[in-house]
Amino acid sequence: MPEGAFPATRYSVLSRMRDEDPGVRREALSAIVEAYWKPAYKHIRLKWKASPDEARDLTQTFFASLLERELLSRYDPGKAAFRTYLRTCIDGVVANERKSASRVKRGGESQIVSLDFQQAESEVALTAAEPVEEVFYREWQRQMFSLAVEDLRRHCEQTGRQVRFLLFERYDLAAGEGPSYEALAAEFRIPVTAVTNHMAWARRELRRCLWARLAVITSGEPELSAEASRLMGRP
Amino acid sequence: MSYLPDDVVRRLQSVVELPDLTGTRYELLGEIGRGGMGAVYLVRDRELERNAALKVAGSLDSEARLMAALEHPGIVPVYDAGVLPDGRAFYVMRFVEGRRLDEYCRETPNLAERLRVFQKVCDAVSFAHSRGVIHRDLTPRNIMAGPFGEVFVLDWGVARSGQARESPGLVVGTPDYMPPEQAAGDSHQSTVASDVYALGAVLASVLGPAAPKPLGAIVRQACQSNPADRYAEVQALNREITRYLELEPVLAYRESWRERLGRFAGKNRTLLLLLGAYLAVKVLLYFFRPN
Repeated sequence: MPEGAFPATRYSVLSRMRDEDPGVRREALSAIVEAYWKPAYKHIRLKWKASPDEARDLTQTFFASLLERELLSRYDPGKAAFRTYLRTCIDGVVANERKSASRVKRGGESQIVSLDFQQAESEVALTAAEPVEEVFYREWQRQMFSLAVEDLRRHCEQTGRQVRFLLFERYDLAAGEGPSYEALAAEFRIPVTAVTNHMAWARRELRRCLWARLAVITSGEPELSAEASRLMGRP
Repeated sequence: MSYLPDDVVRRLQSVVELPDLTGTRYELLGEIGRGGMGAVYLVRDRELERNAALKVAGSLDSEARLMAALEHPGIVPVYDAGVLPDGRAFYVMRFVEGRRLDEYCRETPNLAERLRVFQKVCDAVSFAHSRGVIHRDLTPRNIMAGPFGEVFVLDWGVARSGQARESPGLVVGTPDYMPPEQAAGDSHQSTVASDVYALGAVLASVLGPAAPKPLGAIVRQACQSNPADRYAEVQALNREITRYLELEPVLAYRESWRERLGRFAGKNRTLLLLLGAYLAVKVLLYFFRPN
């Protein structure tokens, strides 16, 4: 299979969550949590106007209920994208939890994964200007790109290609206008053609990392293709 | 994991889709446009030293082969095709310089000129039909009018050849130009009549709000809900435009005797002027004849 082609559907989130091996199921849940915990937290904070503590508890409750209430097994790919389904589930869980006085606190030992809510909370102020209905979608885009950038960084470190990541970081991750290829070539003491090639490689790898991340949280090729478009900001 | 600001996310969205052209003869110059079926980039062909348009598709698609099979002056020629290092397919075609049909019509007050451009569109689509290809997304945005009278029908991304199969329920096309059968998701039933409908809608945009009545009638017939009530083929629609331009009666329109007289007068203007001059001379001669 070429690098950028879509992976096979048998690795989709649905089949992995239904796998008999608990390890596979936990790994699948972990992928879902990684991709969606920040969008979920910020969505709860802003749409449901929850306090930081309440949003943290509700986020943990939501991911726990994905397993406990078998919400994932009820997902029908024919009806909606997995992302849309999850958002509906979050709203359902929050509404139910708020009605129920017997909500179990999940802040301490009962949390299913360790999440850096402090960092997420520090980002909430930066997202507050967005329409609340868009928060979940926008934050999902941001989180997917953040995860892919981290994957790329790790890949570069493991394969001794740190210079490529540094170039990518200086040029594509720069706030505002980044330096020119010529300036980077002078700074790193390499030819401009090498900068061009390294940048092309880094972007190609970033795309591969993104698609790999997306493949494990979608239900198959049609949804993967549709979600890839949404990830790129297309309607 | 550091926070990615909005402008960085937008930049990454753009750069991960850029085609990696290392190892090819093409140099990326910029993005021309983007549609549902992929993005089109302006590239420089270093070997031939000319600009071209490069389209990237998600997978190896049939659009390039379909376009390559349609050799017609109104259809953009395909120069090259291949696969990018990331597995996406691409093909290179002529870079068409000019104006989109909607822009061209806004800047061209002469109706006859606009209609002649529309007729060239009909010729290209009719040629595709003769090869068993239905375009399915004819809109003014997908038609380019060049500075030297050339007209191109673009974006064959959702075109279907006679042999192609696709799942029912798939909606393709652009809402304002889509026939009812296509809007209902019966895209697999798209026929010549579907393109006739879209051409009727394109003609309506070419005419603008103050369309002459016979041309309005042509639009109405082309855009009938029932495919069987439309023109049976694109050239039948095209011939109606020719009739209008040549001041012949348009089949889709029943004209009043006044309109018929007006059309007759328009068509025989020279003859009528000569006749008028002759009569005027006769009258003058009658009054000023010598006693």
